[in-house]
Amino acid sequence: MTQSVIPTPQTPWAVSPQQRIATASLIALGAILAGIAVKTTGLSGKLGFAVSFFVFAALLIFIQQLRLRDLQAAKDSLLSSFALLGIIMTLIPITSIVSTVVIRGYKGISFGMFTEDMTQASVNDPVESGGLLHALLGTLIIVGVALIISFPIGLLTALYLTEIRGSLTRPIKFLVQAMSGVPSIVAGLFILSILIIPVTQEQNGLMASLALCILMIPTIARTAEEMLLLIPNELREAGVALGATQWRTVSGVVVPAARSGLVTAIILGVARVIGETAPLLLVSGGADALNLNPTSGPMGSLPFYIWKAFLTGGTQESYERAWGGMLVLLVLIITLFALARYFSGRRVK
Amino acid sequence: MQTTPSSLASVAGNRTQRVPGTNLLGTGLETRGVHAWFGKNHVLSDVSLDFAAGTVTALIGPSGCGKSTFIRTLNRMHEFIPTAALAGQVLLDGKDIYEPGTDVTKIRLRVGMVFQKPNPFPSMTIGENVLSGLKLAQLKRSNTDDLLESCLVRAGLWSEVKDRLGEHGGALSGGQQQRLCIARALAVEPQVLLMDEPCSALDPGSTFRIEETISELAKTMTIVIVTHNMQQAARVSDYTAFFLSDGGPGVMVETAPTNKIFSSPTDKRTEDYVTGRFG
Repeated sequence: MTQSVIPTPQTPWAVSPQQRIATASLIALGAILAGIAVKTTGLSGKLGFAVSFFVFAALLIFIQQLRLRDLQAAKDSLLSSFALLGIIMTLIPITSIVSTVVIRGYKGISFGMFTEDMTQASVNDPVESGGLLHALLGTLIIVGVALIISFPIGLLTALYLTEIRGSLTRPIKFLVQAMSGVPSIVAGLFILSILIIPVTQEQNGLMASLALCILMIPTIARTAEEMLLLIPNELREAGVALGATQWRTVSGVVVPAARSGLVTAIILGVARVIGETAPLLLVSGGADALNLNPTSGPMGSLPFYIWKAFLTGGTQESYERAWGGMLVLLVLIITLFALARYFSGRRVK
Repeated sequence: MQTTPSSLASVAGNRTQRVPGTNLLGTGLETRGVHAWFGKNHVLSDVSLDFAAGTVTALIGPSGCGKSTFIRTLNRMHEFIPTAALAGQVLLDGKDIYEPGTDVTKIRLRVGMVFQKPNPFPSMTIGENVLSGLKLAQLKRSNTDDLLESCLVRAGLWSEVKDRLGEHGGALSGGQQQRLCIARALAVEPQVLLMDEPCSALDPGSTFRIEETISELAKTMTIVIVTHNMQQAARVSDYTAFFLSDGGPGVMVETAPTNKIFSSPTDKRTEDYVTGRFG
């Protein structure tokens, strides 16, 4: 019996090392040419270098492709260059923001800040005294309450738009879109003028949550609507054909099928409001003391903590404190999103 | 593959035709002058057909002749399309399912449906899919494990999935998914099963398995199947109804025992269609 020889798996379509070196050297040549251009012509500074670097590198690769292959391939390479430029232009501000916050913020981090509030310290004290426990918990409570109120309303709105499709679908769709453009300070002023001044006469965490709801509901409703529209109609028909009512079909089939999309809606909704400062300044009261009751007394929050340290301080210590607050807020957002992704990704392939 | 009329006639002739109507299965399903519209578009005209209990009826005809629309009027899925309208009667055990006050979910429990594209619920496991009808229609069953097994056995899928009931339905092949959908439809114990081109997205092997399943199911229920495949109609059905549209609304041209449709149809148009002269 002859044993058939199994060939080693190969990837002939992969980019070879020679090609990589050729492309890398072209890019390096582009950098050198850009350097010469900055020295000899009117172009100057980092921007001049970046622009001429891109133009030279893209041009060199275009010529290389034109010589090696044909005009089609060369045009194709040009498009790839522009796509790469787009990615870099997107990444620059993001990495710049994150790295600035990390580099400046880590000095403002101390262990005690997670166990203390600002009742015993002023913003100008060294960062070792006082802390942001009140602000961290305040943000979690305010955003959590806002989410608990907004998610059902947003989801039901989306279900009305996608499943019930009543006669009000068009006007509601228009309103939801218009509301997603409401400036955040307007949401704060709205709560201030219709609830706080005439009714409760108290700034507290719940008022802040309600103001954030106005911003959150349209985001959740629109995203959830788009996610529900992705669910194929065949699934709805299958549910109804099994003798289920429309409500049972929606709750038993459509919503579970859209689950990971609905988590995306929550993430986008939280992302919309977690860093909001303007409405919180107006309605949360902005306490320095730890307050876990959203219905009574002013409540602190991370954006408020950052704002206060920046504006009422003025010393090196207060700036460090503000940057530390930003780092905590950034880490909090990333952690929340990672958790949401993890839980929505489980079980569903 | 070129089909000759004689081969189809012999396929149909080789079957033993089931005897309709035992009392146990009820009196079956009848339509009386059914018309259907989408908006102002009249798509189906005056269809009167009897589906005797315990038989398999195939609906054949070229695309756009109203077969699918017609089968969807039989369990009131027609009204799921927003602009749909209807005239006529559909009698289930002698009672019009469109009578005002009729609970539409009860009708759909008694008249189950299998769709053209396999559509298992993606958020559920194989086992949950089979039993989903009980949950969705809020039916109580004491021994769901037995029901799960018997439905999968009847759908011809048990041996392939019995060790992987906890996996997601999407992990199955297309043919297995379709049999899973049949098992799901069986779990609510319908007396009529409607199948809208159930094999059109499947390979010949899976098609063969589903045809076996249909023959098995016909012992206990009434089956109506829409198919583009005349071989399939000849293989599985006791009666065949030929639908046609000449540009206007679709009409039912002829209905007869299947071997008669494929050997000596009365209408010239039916003969042209089953002999492959058009369509």
